[in-house]
Amino acid sequence: MDFRLTEDQRALKRGVRELLDRRFGRDALRAAVDGAGPAGAALDRELWRELGAAGFFALRLPEAAGGVGLGLPDAVLLFEEAGRALLPGPLIATHLAAGEVPGAAEGAVVVTAVDPSGLVEWLEAADVVLGRAEGVVPVRSVDPLTPLHRAPVSGGTTGTAETAETAETDPASREASLLTAAEQLGSAARTTELAVAHARTREQFGQPIGGFQAVKHLCAQMLVRTEVARVAVYAAAVTADPVEIAGARLLADEAATACARDCLQVYGGMGFTWEADVHLHLKRAWVRAERGLAGAAAEELVAASL
Amino acid sequence: MELACTDEEEEFRARLREWLAAELPGLPPKPDPLDWPARRAYDCGWQRRLYDAGYGHVHWDASPTQRLIFLEETERAGAPYVGANFVGLLHAGPTIAAEGTPEQRDRWLEPVLRGDEVWCQGFSEPEAGSDLAALRTRAVRDGDAYVVTGQKIWTSHAEAADWCELLVRTDPDAPKHRGITWLAMPMDAPGITVRPLRTLAGSTEFAEMFLDEVRVPVGNRVGEENDGWRVTMVTLSFERGTAFVGEVVACRRVLGELARTARKNGTWDDPVLRRRLGRLGAEFQALWRLTQWNVSEAQASGGVPGTGGSVFKLRYSHARQELYDTAAAVLGPEALDLAREWNQDRLSSLSYTIAAGTSQIQQNIVAERILGLPKGR
Ligand SMILES: Cc1cc2nc3c(=O)[nH]c(=O)nc-3n(C[C@H](O)[C@H](O)[C@H](O)COP(=O)(O)OP(=O)(O)OC[C@H]3O[C@@H](n4cnc5c(N)ncnc54)[C@H](O)[C@@H]3O)c2cc1C
Repeated sequence: MDFRLTEDQRALKRGVRELLDRRFGRDALRAAVDGAGPAGAALDRELWRELGAAGFFALRLPEAAGGVGLGLPDAVLLFEEAGRALLPGPLIATHLAAGEVPGAAEGAVVVTAVDPSGLVEWLEAADVVLGRAEGVVPVRSVDPLTPLHRAPVSGGTTGTAETAETAETDPASREASLLTAAEQLGSAARTTELAVAHARTREQFGQPIGGFQAVKHLCAQMLVRTEVARVAVYAAAVTADPVEIAGARLLADEAATACARDCLQVYGGMGFTWEADVHLHLKRAWVRAERGLAGAAAEELVAASL
Repeated sequence: MELACTDEEEEFRARLREWLAAELPGLPPKPDPLDWPARRAYDCGWQRRLYDAGYGHVHWDASPTQRLIFLEETERAGAPYVGANFVGLLHAGPTIAAEGTPEQRDRWLEPVLRGDEVWCQGFSEPEAGSDLAALRTRAVRDGDAYVVTGQKIWTSHAEAADWCELLVRTDPDAPKHRGITWLAMPMDAPGITVRPLRTLAGSTEFAEMFLDEVRVPVGNRVGEENDGWRVTMVTLSFERGTAFVGEVVACRRVLGELARTARKNGTWDDPVLRRRLGRLGAEFQALWRLTQWNVSEAQASGGVPGTGGSVFKLRYSHARQELYDTAAAVLGPEALDLAREWNQDRLSSLSYTIAAGTSQIQQNIVAERILGLPKGR
């Protein structure tokens, strides 16, 4: 047994991080946020095609079909980096549509999907919408970089037995949940990093605040949450087991939202400003946490397996 | 990134599984937890069976993955845990294997593996707990022996032990981390008084130990004089890094039993409780994966477990307490009956965030040694 990243996987992760740093670094992120009007952000089509050219969408298509021929664990590493960079767009829907919707694999076509929760991300920017989008109404999205619509849903909202069942039986929905968890993991790792960097440099009472135990312990818990989520997500990618994916979703959702909150705390007043990136991580984490297999349904799914 | 075992490892698992199936039915019943001689005999008897079957060495010589398989399979089969052999097998032994001289390894390792000799850990003192390096038990060199005087506390299994991994101060003038030495003290030496302490669970797991001019041969020193703190770090990394691995498997088994009980007694219909069980399922699954991750790392670096053990210990100790609190919620009023399953374990679980370094200390370690935050207040 060797449950570590292979050399190729490390290289893949590094490569994606460099690409995103170059093409969607902090300045680009902030420009996108500032450019977002009341209707939400615009999708950068050129970036989308570049992601396509880099294999972002075709990663798991067989080489014979023009894809990269890699597997779910590699896709998880890719989406972890996307989550870390707060890369916007219906990335998961397009990734899952590659091979089925012509042009998706190359990044020429933007695909979005109606989530079981009734939410649709990036509806207006998309060329193709999967699922029943009749009667959707726009939502003033909490996340400036994720425009949302909402379809009327019958019965309860999230966490229904139905979503749990779909998550267990439908491979696409299972993969969507896992890739969402991977994005959450990336975000958790990033806010942990930001908090630690701030705690090392910001001084109060004549010393870095990271020397104070109250701050130190917040940071330690952030790392613990992130690392537990990391192994859960990676292992779920290896086994692709629906129950393990549900568990990974639980831990990754918690890591992303709780680490963003703790990061905000470590940042102090600066954390409450629009200028700090912390709120962007928290808001995106909230949006992701509603996608697909959300909290209660995931808990039910794991409980049913006991 | 992979979780599959090699053919060789799977073969090891299959052979072990077969052996356990044959061996376990003939095991004598578990002894009374308050009867130390009986407990010692039981735990050592089991260790001896393992030794005779070729599994005695598994905590040291086997690959980390094999050790993981061993813990997984023995726990799954409901085999006895290390019990009184905990210190000898899981940290004093590995420390001697890593730091001892060839003579010391010959002298001490085999008897531990055969279940002939039991060890205890004499680190903590009344005034030196979290601040372990503040320990004051003195050892003064007299010819070929150290003469040791002082007091230890919380010494687990002291009543049953033949040997004690003992930390003493050999240079009172040096900075506190520098003047410490690691000794193997025979527990039958004159001058040792062991006074059992009663735990909140009612058992006598640990004891106070009074040392009055106890003579320990210089040859029993592991590592150099005044270099004991470094040796101790090796011991503690084993204690935090690998010693709890088997228990994760046990917790997963308990969780399964808990779900069955809840389905039977109707508490399963409470969605809040049911989801709490679901969350625990995710938690223990992840802790098992974390174990596999840490073991893979240790296997690759070929040695002593790293600081990843602190991440594990922090999360595990709380998850274990949450597990038994949830068990109490499933049991309802029966949670007050100590004769009912899990209630003793619920009490024992309270020690996990304290023993082997409190959660606060583990958080300091994670923050300072992994995240590089400054030492401070
Ligand atoms: C069941 C059990 C078995 C044990 N077995 C053994 C054994 O076999 N051998 C052995 O040597 N020891 C053993 N111990 C002792 C154990 O290692 C100590 O209890 C532990 O390290 C804490 O020390 P203390 O009890 O002196 O608590 P203290 O150090 O007094 O701590 C009290 C409280 O203060 C907090 N605290 C202390 N310092 C700091 C700090 N710097 N920052 C923040 N918070 C702080 C602690 O977290 C804790 O909450 C055992 C303990 C238990 C409970």
